[in-house]
Amino acid sequence: MGKVKVHRTPPSLDMTPMVDLAFLLVTFFMLTTTFAPEEPVVVDIPKSESEIILPDKDRMIISVANDGRVFFDMDNKLHRKEMLLQIGEKYGVNFTNDQANSFAILSGFGIPVRSLPQYLDYHPDERKGIQQPGIPVDSLNNELADWIVYARMNNPRLRVAIKGDRGTNYDVIKKVVETLIDRKVLRFNLITGLEQESKL
Amino acid sequence: MAEVSQGGGGGGKKGGGKVRAKKASTKIDMTPMVDLAFLLLTFFILTTTFNKPKTMEVNMPDKVVDEKEQTKINEKDILNLVLAENNKIHWWIGLTPPVTTTGYGKDGVRKVLLEQNRANPKLMVLIKPEDKSKYENMVDILDEMDITATKRFAIVDYTPDDKTIISGGAETTTETEN
Repeated sequence: MGKVKVHRTPPSLDMTPMVDLAFLLVTFFMLTTTFAPEEPVVVDIPKSESEIILPDKDRMIISVANDGRVFFDMDNKLHRKEMLLQIGEKYGVNFTNDQANSFAILSGFGIPVRSLPQYLDYHPDERKGIQQPGIPVDSLNNELADWIVYARMNNPRLRVAIKGDRGTNYDVIKKVVETLIDRKVLRFNLITGLEQESKL
Repeated sequence: MAEVSQGGGGGGKKGGGKVRAKKASTKIDMTPMVDLAFLLLTFFILTTTFNKPKTMEVNMPDKVVDEKEQTKINEKDILNLVLAENNKIHWWIGLTPPVTTTGYGKDGVRKVLLEQNRANPKLMVLIKPEDKSKYENMVDILDEMDITATKRFAIVDYTPDDKTIISGGAETTTETEN
């Protein structure tokens, strides 16, 4: 009579909208994501109130680690390869095609030119274990200056950015800045994080 | 969970040899797909860096070789800021003590800059970072220039002359602002 029929089917849930949304978001993130390039050294950038955004391309980044080591990075594989070969020619170091290709996809590096071929021969996984000595910026042996010159020769539109660690001593930064000024790079950027509010 | 097409399981009602394939649910079990979608979603959310690094633009003057091209400034218009170790700032006007020591931030150098800017609109700030000062100090001071709308400033080398001024002045005014 008034018997309640028990539903045998499990409570169904239409998941289609949820899946739609999930895939929409997945697609969005996939397309917008840019993988942070692997950094050779951890740099804790200082904060500032500046809101100028670093350009995505045509940029050269000079990283300065906490302990004063200097690293160099530039985008665009073609330019990098070209630049390496020219640098090699200047220093009398020959790079094989394999080494040049592996340099092109490298991120930042802090290796003197003469040690570069050996470093490039390592498998990418092995490179992580190697302590990079940094690029020499002394006035006697300023390889950074050559990198800057050849990089700008290959890509004149290059923007120079300095990514210094907040704890770096100013004398290293001074050397880098002086190198830039000597090479007529008078306008450059300092990479900073955004400060949320003015500090006390 | 999602509807799961029931195989032969639920079975007591099945009558005779009748083929009931037509009745079977056409719904697909979406659970694994959803799992995957959310896994990817989580991955991309976590790896995405939304806040792109910001930068400060710095324009440096070219090195002046010819002395004639150098601009002369009245010493009264010059505010010297020496960025010293341990987040200290020594500042003085012109070429002579008294030297005052202050710190960074709202009550430190910002106050000095605002006061001096108000007192002298022609003020030229010379930033002299010591070798032992940190990069962060330099970024902070450039930031303060922006905040206090100081237009005329330059980063110059810290010279031995500055050192004598500081050491000479430190004896007379040891009082620190804040």
